[in-house]
Amino acid sequence: MSVETNVEAGSQKAPLREPVLQAKGLVKRYGPVTAIASGDLELYPGEILAVIGDNGAGKTSLIKALCGAIIPDSGEILLDGKRVHFRTPMDARRAGIETVYQSLAVAPGLDIADNLFLGREVRKPGILGSVFRMLDRKHMRDEAKRHMSELGITTLQNIGQAVESLSGGQRQGVAVARSAAFGSKVMILDEPTAALGVREGNRVLQLVRDVRDRGLPVILISHNMPHVFDIADRIQIQRLGRRATVITPQSHTMSEAVAIMTGAAEPPPPVG
Amino acid sequence: MANDTSDRGGTATATKTEATGFEERRSESPLQRIQHVLHANPILGPLAVLVLAVVVFSIVSGRFLSAANLGLVLAQVTVIAVLALGQTLIILTAGIDLSAGAIAVFSSILMANIATDLGVPGVLALIIGLVLGTAMGAINGLLVTRLKLPPFIVTLGTLSIFFSLNAVVSRSETVRGSDMPSIMTWTGTTFSLGGFRITYGSIIMLLLFALFWYALSKTAWGKHVYATGDDIEAARLAGIRTGHVLFSVYTVAGLLYAVGAWILMGRLASASPNVGVEYNLDSITAVVLGGTSLFGGRGLVLGTLVGALIVGVFRNGLQLGGVDVVWQGCAIGLLVLIAVSIDQWIRKVRA
Ligand SMILES: Nc1ncnc2c1ncn2[C@@H]1O[C@H](COP(=O)(O)OP(=O)(O)OP(=O)(O)O)[C@@H](O)[C@H]1O
Ligand SMILES: [Mg+2]
Repeated sequence: MSVETNVEAGSQKAPLREPVLQAKGLVKRYGPVTAIASGDLELYPGEILAVIGDNGAGKTSLIKALCGAIIPDSGEILLDGKRVHFRTPMDARRAGIETVYQSLAVAPGLDIADNLFLGREVRKPGILGSVFRMLDRKHMRDEAKRHMSELGITTLQNIGQAVESLSGGQRQGVAVARSAAFGSKVMILDEPTAALGVREGNRVLQLVRDVRDRGLPVILISHNMPHVFDIADRIQIQRLGRRATVITPQSHTMSEAVAIMTGAAEPPPPVG
Repeated sequence: MANDTSDRGGTATATKTEATGFEERRSESPLQRIQHVLHANPILGPLAVLVLAVVVFSIVSGRFLSAANLGLVLAQVTVIAVLALGQTLIILTAGIDLSAGAIAVFSSILMANIATDLGVPGVLALIIGLVLGTAMGAINGLLVTRLKLPPFIVTLGTLSIFFSLNAVVSRSETVRGSDMPSIMTWTGTTFSLGGFRITYGSIIMLLLFALFWYALSKTAWGKHVYATGDDIEAARLAGIRTGHVLFSVYTVAGLLYAVGAWILMGRLASASPNVGVEYNLDSITAVVLGGTSLFGGRGLVLGTLVGALIVGVFRNGLQLGGVDVVWQGCAIGLLVLIAVSIDQWIRKVRA
C-alpha cells in the first residue's frame, strides 16, 4: 500500500467539508460482467451514508474496493484526501477502515475473543510473547468482553464460546463489535440487519448510531427502506453499477427513492 | 460444557433460561446431547475407542499389556504419528497430502545416499535431507497457493514424481544401516524407562506433538491455520494472509515428513526405497481416527496422536489375538468409515 498526495483533492464542488473517504470512477469487471461501471462515493465526517440499490447494483463490489477486499481495475480511492492503494483487507484495516461484510467474515470454529482479534492477536509481554509467540488470552478475552458490553451486547454467556454456537443476531454483534473496536477512521456495514429479527435489527441500528456518535463516519448498505430513512444522513442510490444520485431522508420519500432505484423515475441531481 | 451438566434437571429448569439461544437444548434427546458433547470435546470419541481397544486386547491376550509389547507398539506407531502430525496441519486447512509417505521415503533415501555415496558427514547429510524434505513440502505449498490447484491433485502429482525420483536416486537399492553414519539410525536406539524400552525416535515424536500442540493452540499462527481451514474467504476478509498460512503449513509438513524419514531409518536400521508406500494412507487414517475433520478447521494434534495409537494398537492387538494380517486392513478400514460418519454427524450441529 502506498500513499501519495493528491493535489486535486477537495477541488471539486464538495463545499465546506473534506470527505474522509472518497471513491472516484472505480471500475471492476469480471470477464464480461461489469460489477462496478463507475464507482463514486464521498463520505463526510460524522455522517451515516446509506447506499441502496437493487440486487446486483454493485453495492457490495463498491465497498469491497474501498476496503481492500477487491482491487479495482481503475479509478482512485482517497482517504483524508490522500490517494491509497489497498492490496489486501489488512491494508484497509491498518488505515482505520473497518468493514462488516455481508457474509460476516467470522471464523465459526473460533471463539468470540479469537474472532474479535483475528489477524491482530495480542501477544504476551516479555519473552513469552516475543520469543515464544504466546498469545495473551486473558487480555484478549477481557478486551473482547469490554467491547461486546460497550456495544450493549450483554446476553452472551461466555466469551470463550465458539461463534458457530451463537444465534444470527449475536454473530452479527461479534462482527459489528470487531469493526467498532478497531475502526479509527471509517466503518462500513454491508446489510448488517438482513438476517435479523425486529429486535436484533433495531439493536444493530442503535450500534451504528452509537458508532457515529463516537465520531466515526459510517457507510451502511441496506435493502430495508425504513431502516435507511430512519438512520441515514444521506442516501446514495446505486443503479446498474454507477451512482444514480444522492438524496436525503428529508428531500425524498421512500417510494420516490424506490422509484429512482428501480429506474421508474428520473434521478434528481445530487443533494449536499 | 457447564450447560449440559445442568441439563439433568430436564424441563423443570427450562423456564429459567431465556433468550440465550440455549432453550432448544432442554428438549434434546440423549443422542443429541452426545452429539453436542462430542462437538465441544472432539477428543472424547477417539480416546474412548483407544481405551476400549486396549481393554479388549488385554483381555484377548495376556501379553498385550506387557512392557515389552507396549514399547513395541509405541515404536511401531512413531513414524506414522510424525507423518500424521504434518498431515494434520494440512487437513486442518481443508487440504490433504497424498505425498506424505513419498516425501518421507525419498528424504530417507536422500539422507542415506548423500552420506554413503557422496561421503558427506552424517550430521550434514541429515540436515541436507531435512532441508530437501522441507523443500518438497514447499513445492506442494507453492502449487496449492500460486497455481490455486486443489491439494488432492497437487499431491497426487508430486506423489508420483517423488516416488519416481526416489527410484532413480536409490537405483532401487536399500542402504544398510551398518553402511551409514551412526547418527542416521540413532533414532532407533532405545533406553530403558521403568521397564519400558523407548526409542529416541519416540521421544522426538512426543516433543514434536508438544511443540505443535503449543503452536496451534497458543500462537496467532495456530489461530490463522484454524480460521483458514474453517472458511478461507472469511479469513481473507478478516485480514489473514491465507496464502502465507497455507504455504507455511505445507512447508512445515515437509519438514515433519523429513524428520519422520530420520526416525524411519532408525526403525528399519536401513534406508529402503520400497518401505513406506502405505504410510500415506496410514497417516490420513490416524488423522481421521483422531477426530480431525477432513473439511478443515476442526481437530487437535492430540487427537492425531490418539488416532495413530489406535492404528498401532489395532494392528498389534489383532496380531497377538491371532487374527490374520489380511483382516487388519478390514478392521482399520471399518474404523475409518465409522470415524468419518461420526464426524459428519457431529458437524450437523453447526447447521
Ligand atoms: N467475484 C465475482 N465474479 C463474477 N461476478 C461478480 C463477482 N462479484 C460480483 N459480481 C457481479 O457483479 C455484480 C454486482 O454484484 P454485487 O455483489 O456488488 O451486488 P450488490 O449490489 O451487492 O447486490 P446484493 O443486493 O444482492 O447484495 C453482479 O452482477 C454480480 O454477478
Ligand atoms: Mg451485496
